[in-house]
Formats: sequence, structure tokens, C-alpha cells
Amino acid sequence: MKLKTGLIAALASTFLATATWAEEVRIMWYSDGNEGEVMQDLLNRFMADNPDITVVLDNVAYQTIKEQLPITLAAGDGPDIARVTDIKALADHWLDLTPYISDPEYWKTNFGAQMDWMRPDGSDAITGFMTQLTLVGGFANKTLFDQAGVALPGEGATWDDWVNASAEVQQSQGLAAAIAIDRSGHRISGPITSYGGNYIGADGMPAPVDDGVKAFVTKLVEWTNEGKNLKDVWVSAAGGTYRAAADDFINGQVAFYYSGSWQIANLSTKIGDAFDWVATGSPCGTTACSGLAGGAALVGIKYTKHPEAVGKVMDYLSSEAVVREFTERTLFLPAHAGIVAAGGLNFQTEDPNVKAALEKFVAASGQTSPAADALPAWKWASAYYTALVNRTSQAMAGELTLDEAFARMDQDIAEQVKQAAQ
Amino acid sequence: MTASPKPSIGAVLTAPIVWLARAADMPLRAWQRLTGRGGMIAFFLIPNMAVFGIFVIVPLVINFFYSVTGGTALFLSDRPFVGAEHFDRLLTCTDHFNPTTCREDMFWTAVWNTSKFVVLQVSAMTVVAMITALILNSKIPGKAFWRAVFFFPVLLSPVVVGLIWKWILQRQGLLNFALYELDMTQVNWLTERSWAFAATIGVSVWAHVGFYALILLAGLQAIPGDLYEAAEMDGTKPGRVFWRITLPLLYPNLLVVIVLSLIRAVQVFDEVFVLTSGGPGTATLYLTQYIYEVGFASVLRNPGLASAAALMMGGVLVVLTLLQLGLTRWRDRK
Repeated sequence: MKLKTGLIAALASTFLATATWAEEVRIMWYSDGNEGEVMQDLLNRFMADNPDITVVLDNVAYQTIKEQLPITLAAGDGPDIARVTDIKALADHWLDLTPYISDPEYWKTNFGAQMDWMRPDGSDAITGFMTQLTLVGGFANKTLFDQAGVALPGEGATWDDWVNASAEVQQSQGLAAAIAIDRSGHRISGPITSYGGNYIGADGMPAPVDDGVKAFVTKLVEWTNEGKNLKDVWVSAAGGTYRAAADDFINGQVAFYYSGSWQIANLSTKIGDAFDWVATGSPCGTTACSGLAGGAALVGIKYTKHPEAVGKVMDYLSSEAVVREFTERTLFLPAHAGIVAAGGLNFQTEDPNVKAALEKFVAASGQTSPAADALPAWKWASAYYTALVNRTSQAMAGELTLDEAFARMDQDIAEQVKQAAQ
Repeated sequence: MTASPKPSIGAVLTAPIVWLARAADMPLRAWQRLTGRGGMIAFFLIPNMAVFGIFVIVPLVINFFYSVTGGTALFLSDRPFVGAEHFDRLLTCTDHFNPTTCREDMFWTAVWNTSKFVVLQVSAMTVVAMITALILNSKIPGKAFWRAVFFFPVLLSPVVVGLIWKWILQRQGLLNFALYELDMTQVNWLTERSWAFAATIGVSVWAHVGFYALILLAGLQAIPGDLYEAAEMDGTKPGRVFWRITLPLLYPNLLVVIVLSLIRAVQVFDEVFVLTSGGPGTATLYLTQYIYEVGFASVLRNPGLASAAALMMGGVLVVLTLLQLGLTRWRDRK
């Protein structure tokens, strides 16, 4: 009898203990640089102050966010919060945080400029905030340019100027290629708009590839065939697979690397004092010198079982002090309007290349073209990017002529639109 | 009074099993009385058939329903019926031998790449496995060691295989470093179409040849030694011994090797995906990667189209399996 009573008491205490366990909030997170470590540190402080909530930071590869998270979401499952870049296309899966955050007005005031990027068209939901604003732009290996005796092209330099100057460095220094561009439709869309390209039709649906698209893609394919653009990055994969060329720049294999502001911390950490590098902004085309804004957003997932806890975590992470610290430690460009207005960010780095690079990207953010500015909040942008990457790579590999590639881009996008309409 | 003997450790360890067997004995006897021998067969087959049903038959049926429904939704209830539209999209071509004339050009590129890969890889695999087995069956020192060496890659994860070879073959990889040290021209192994295609075949053979060599080695060791002794006494040349004795008697094992490697080659994916990701361009885009890209990796996933392609690939595999069964039965009848 005593044994039975003891067992019941043990079970009851276990149950009670379970009932008082902290609510668990899982964040699916990827990192380009040190932001995972910084976020974990910030979350540890949150958990110390909020013992009723346990936040688990699941660090995953970017590929997992790109390929596996959408499928999990489509199945009505997923983490409670996620750091994502495909913000608009998956907006139907984001949680409207409005009822769960303490001060929606604070969110609208400070993150309002990008809210349309991360909610369905016509919605006024608050689904999350940008952990960083990014801008596509270039980096040059200054040491290699100096060693080659080639001057860095200045303000207003065109893509041709940069490629030709880099090709001189390539010849002089025996580099694998003059330039490298990430294998990504997002990356080449800023330059495409600089040549007058526009993806969005009058009805808001994808427009056929125009002369601007053709002009830059033609150049890109020619540079690749001439050995000026690093072939490995674009040609060494099929489909829409993402490939960064950062390692080739870090290893001194190219003189000019076109990627974006999120690489700053990565370059600073891995290059160290091996060589001097500078951010260059975006080279000019015929109509603009545009990069493409974007970034990573932290969004709540609507399938969460703990929306109140998610709201509390998001309130903490979006607070001005936390965003400021996160920005200063990760060397990202902030999306918080209050912080941008107040200025005085004390980026935590001793690398002299970093501050100059950040200033360059801030300056370049004022040069983006209207066509580029429209893309982050456009639903079909990702479909367009995929078709661009896929078919441009085939043209580079000699499998398609440029005309065939352009025709296939239109066909691919049309198939995607048709499928989505079903 | 004598003390009862202590139970052995074995008896203690097997006691729960014995207890379970005794407990199951009575209901099983009752079941046998009720249903006869057939009922007992069914009883023992049910667990296996349940696993097969849940993990093979049910997904196959779901796959079929995906292939006749459209849209991007994952739940079948949210997907509209589109009939044979996906099959039509896959099969619409002006010239099936020229993928650029096909509506779904990537599919046909993958089909032809896979076909080329299957023919070349299976041929290479069979020859290399045969040579390896003959060497391992001969009188060489350290025979057991060499058998382990050739079998070792089979134990590696395909991802590990892909990564190892990527480190060797990439532009700044070990092979190019060696060529540089030898003052020889470096080659872009993974960005030149023909080299990349050859690399996928070579790596695939390297990774799996140990398994097939083992099958052939078993066959070689089953050939009676007195046949070779008789041939030796007759002064038969080694080449003739191979063609007239070894090869005919190894035929059953060779058949198994060819059919198994054929089925595996059609399904090639993981190590190639890690090594080349289907590039350069689409030079090493094989059917399984096409299905993966369409169904999972693209921005607007198309599970219907991917399922239709998977069903067509499954059809090819069924034909190959039936071929294996047919040949095995024909051989048994001989």
C-alpha cells in the first residue's frame, strides 16, 4: 500500500513539475558570419530574465532554410520563429504578431518601411522584423590592384570599367579570374536594373525578359567565356542552386567580388590582415548604378503552439537596445528606423576595412534604381531569380544560345505562374 | 537436503525470451488450430508486409495521386485534379533526342544523361569488378588486407565519398596540386563537361566496386579447382581458361552484378549531387536530381511534376527488375 501511495506521489510530482516547465520556443537560424553566436548570447540573457520561456536556437545551413523550411511550412509545421530570406513568397506562413506584441506602434514606426516585404499583398499584419538590411554590392582586393599597378575604378565606373581593370589585375597577378559573382538571381538583378531591366509588368505579374535583362546577361556570359568571370561558381551546378564566391575572394583568386553587405563580417574574420579590401558599391550600367536591397527577416511562424511566448521573444529581440547591440556586434546594416536616425553605431571591430565598407554600403543604398526597390516586396521575384540563374548557367556552359536561354526564362516563369494559379 | 544448482548466465539472460515464448505459445496454438498452416504463415508475414505497405505501397499510391493533381500545395485535399497534364508536359517534344525541343527540356536532358551514365558506368563497373575479383582470387600476399581495402569505400556514406572526391578534383584540389608540382597542365575536372561526366562515373565505380567484386569473388571461389587443374594439364592458355571456364561458370554472379548495378545506376544521386550538383551546366544532371530539384529545391515546388517523373522512373526500374527475375528463372531452368 505504501509502495502504491509512493508511486502515485512520484507520478503526481513529476506531472506537476512538467506542468511548470518553461514554454519552449524554437528559432531556426542560419549564419553568414558571427550572428549565431551573438544571437545565442542575447537569448541567454532573455532566458535569464524570463525563466518561464526556453528559447532553443537551431543553427542550420542556409540551404536548409531555402529548401527544407518551405516544405515543413507547407505541411503546416515548422519552428516557432525563423530567420528567412525568401520573405515575400512564403508570407502566407508567417504569424501576425499584432495581438502578441506589447506595442505594435513601436514596430510600425521602426520597422514599417520593410513590413510589406514580409506579409501577403494587401495585409497589414506585423509578421516580424528585418534582422539586417542588406545591399548587393562589390568588393575589391586592393592589395592585388596595388601590386598590379592598376588603379581602382572610381565613382561612376561602369561594369565594363571594373571588369577590364580586374582583368588587368588577373593578367598581372596570374589569378583564376578577374571577377566572381555569387550564383544567385538576386545578386544579378541590381545590375540588370542598372541596364534598364524591369521584371514587373503593368499588371504586377512577371514581364517578359527585356533588353535590360538581355544586356547584362549577355555581358555576364561573355565575361565567363573569356575567362574573366569565375566559371566555377556559375557553371558548377544545375538548377537554381545557390553558390557564394566568397571563398574565392578570400583566397585571393579574384580581384573583384560582387556579393553584398552581409559578407563584411565574413570577409573581415577570414581575411584578417592577409590583404586590404574595399567595398565598391555597385558598378554602373546604362541607366543606374544600382544594387538590390534585401536582407534577412526574423518572422513568427503561424503554426506555433506558443504565440504569446513568441510575441515576448520577438518584443525582446526587436527592442532598440538589443537591435543596436546585435548590429554593432554582427557588423550588419540595421533596419530599425530609430537607430538609423539616431546614428552613432559603434561597430565592434578593429578592422579598418570594415568601417569604410559599411559607410560605402550606406552611401550606395541611396543609389538603387526604382525597379530594384520594387523587387523585395514583389511576390514573383524568387521565381524570376531562379529562371535567370538556371538558364544563364546553361548559356555559360554552352548548352543554350543566349536567345534560347532568354526564351526558356520566359517559359520557366510562365510555367511557375500557371502552376501557382492552380 | 541438497542445494539447487545455480542457473548459468546464459539461462538468466535468455529467461525473458523463454518466458515470452511460453506466454505466446498457447494463443499461437489456438490460432493455428483455428486457421491452419496458412494462418500461421500469414501471422509471421504480417509484420513484414505492414512495414512494406506503410513505407512502400502507401507512398507509391500517394505519389500516383500527386502526379495527377496540380498546384504547389502539399496536402492532397488542397490540390486540384489535372489528369495527365504533368505526363503530357514531360513527354511533349518535337524531337525526343534533342532536349532543347522539349517542353520540359531539363527532364529529357536528365533522361539522356542518365542513359549515358547507366551504359558507361555499368560497363566500367562490371569490368573493374571482374578484374578486382580475379586479382583478389589469385595468390597475392596480404589477400585479406586487399579485400578490405577494396571493400572499404562501400562502407562510406555517399556524401563523404562526394566530398572526398570534390577535394581531390576541384580547381584547387589535390589532383591539380599534384599536376602543378609535376609541372603539368592543370585541368578543370568539375567545370569541363566531359571531365565532369567522366568524374561522376569514376567516383561511382570507385565507391561501389568493392560490393560487386565481392559477389564475383564468391562466384570465383565456387568454381571447382579441378577444372583449372585439368586445363593446366592440357596446357590450356590462361586467356582460354578465362573465356572457356571462368566466364561461363561465373555467368550467374555476373548477371546479378549487371542487373544490380544497372538498377543502382538509374537511381544515382547522392555522391554526384555533392560532387557536381548536376553541373557544369546540366552535364551531370541525372533523373533523381531532376526529381529532387522540381519537387523540393525550386522556389515554387512542383510535387505533381516531380511525382510524374518519379513514376516514369519507377516504371523503368520495374522493367529492369522483371528482367532480372526473368533472366534468373531462365538460368535456373537451364
